[in-house]
Amino acid sequence: MSWYYIEGILIQCGYVLMVVLGLSLLTGFAGLFSFGHAGFMAIGAYVSAICTTKFGLSFLPALLLGGVVAGVVGAGLGKLTLNLKGDYFCIATLGFGEAVRLILENWEYVGGARGISGIPWETNLKSVIIACAIGTLALMALVRSRHGRSIIAIREDELAAEMSGINTFRYKMIALIISAVYAGIGGGLLAHYMTYIQPKMFQMVKSTEYTIIVIFGGLGSVTGSIIGTFILTFLPEMLRSLDNWRLVIYGLAVIVIMVIRPRGLMGGVELGDIFRLPARRRAAKLAEERIKNMNGESAGEEAQR
Amino acid sequence: MKSEGMEVLKLEHVTKQFGGLTAVDDVTFNIREGEIFGLIGPNGAGKTTIFNLINGVYALSAGKILFYGKTIGEGAEERKKVLKLKPFQIADMGISRTFQNIRLFRNLSVYDNVLIACHRSANYGLFESLLRLKGTRFARQEKVLRHKADDLLDLMRLVFYRDVISNNLPYGLQRKLEIARALALEPKLLLLDEPAAGMNPEETGSLMEMIRSIRDQFHLTVLIIEHHMDLIMGVCDRIHVLNFGKSLAEGTPAQVQSSPAVIEAYLGVQDGALYAVNEGEQ
Repeated sequence: MSWYYIEGILIQCGYVLMVVLGLSLLTGFAGLFSFGHAGFMAIGAYVSAICTTKFGLSFLPALLLGGVVAGVVGAGLGKLTLNLKGDYFCIATLGFGEAVRLILENWEYVGGARGISGIPWETNLKSVIIACAIGTLALMALVRSRHGRSIIAIREDELAAEMSGINTFRYKMIALIISAVYAGIGGGLLAHYMTYIQPKMFQMVKSTEYTIIVIFGGLGSVTGSIIGTFILTFLPEMLRSLDNWRLVIYGLAVIVIMVIRPRGLMGGVELGDIFRLPARRRAAKLAEERIKNMNGESAGEEAQR
Repeated sequence: MKSEGMEVLKLEHVTKQFGGLTAVDDVTFNIREGEIFGLIGPNGAGKTTIFNLINGVYALSAGKILFYGKTIGEGAEERKKVLKLKPFQIADMGISRTFQNIRLFRNLSVYDNVLIACHRSANYGLFESLLRLKGTRFARQEKVLRHKADDLLDLMRLVFYRDVISNNLPYGLQRKLEIARALALEPKLLLLDEPAAGMNPEETGSLMEMIRSIRDQFHLTVLIIEHHMDLIMGVCDRIHVLNFGKSLAEGTPAQVQSSPAVIEAYLGVQDGALYAVNEGEQ
């Protein structure tokens, strides 16, 4: 295996990771499932590609602009749909993703179904690593602040969160906008790596793939999302020699993990926590043992009644 | 502290209709500062509906609710459009609550449950949380939040269970944690929805003590819904009795207990309600 090949997969991991990080905030922390993130990715990809090919903007501002436009569209979508409860939001995002793709397919200015080609090749390992490092650190910092905790509270119990004085609509909006920006930047990186983009690249299958990665890695764990991205991006490549069977094995791998670890690989725990907090874990274990003993007693009491 | 004092919460002719069903019908009462006020009534009397009207989950059909003299909800009959603050705005003004069917952040630790609710004591912005350096507003406020959460756990005697996932706590402690979380908001008025449900007499006794002591310590006013008559009669300064959405009686525990209307509602032939209430009384 040549380094050139591995580098290609790593870059692929990079732009997928950007989308997955954003989706991790929305799905893993805010508890909102989205099947339309390929739509945000498409917006970021098209905006940045148009900026570099048609307006001669350089790579970095084009990339950021792609993220901003995706974020603005995310805000609009949120305004319309975030009042929907549970699964309805999920359906709305599904519709959104498909709508974006169909609009692009029928819009001649952006090349219709042919898409845009001749995009400058700007995305390399370095730019991907920088983007992912910033993205990861920012997300980690966010979820460990009062804002992040408010977002987590929404996932746990929206009504209780609202009653605790948390503006749930605002925080869902923040989560959606940030995740759209991440997806937009991921799309921009993709466009400037592939050097061409087509609406076909942003089908619903892609959205589902990202959601699978987030769930595979474990909801509510940034490190889980990162590990999930690497495994599920490398796996199909490693299995290329198996031809059509590789997707079967990919599917099996996902199922096996979900059976063995129903809460995903990391199950809501960050990699760092495992090493950092042994004292806390010991305290928790001690307390849980006492609860178990208490339960035993009260069960006895109930039997007596 | 008991009888005089300003009005904390005032319900004026509060009415709530769900379609054709009138769940709360023309209910009026005042709660004064520092009081522990009980709201009782047979099942389906509209007690929890009143809670939901107070903290803005439902909009009023008619009537008015005032909190420290400020209107927080007004029904459609008084004005063209229903006035309804969002629940989080009402919580922000200083009304916090617990739930009849416990609603904790179940997959989070005891500590995190309280820490989340402490958010009002900090006001650093979204971008400030990205730069985690020593001495920034973020770092200073985050430290305050963590201290506060620890203090509250200490107060509610939950420190030992600090790192347990809240879902794994026994029932009584979950109720306590809900109260701790509600206190983290620094409320002026605390609404307790059946705090003693599922507790044994011993636990109920210590809960009564706790309600009194947190009232004094936090200078709170407390509104309790409860079926445990021991608790209600023992801890409340005044009680308001509801039956089928209507006000039945109001007064001190002694007055309420001797009121003929209340006795009739609880012991008279009121289908269905009888069993539930009797169970609660024992």
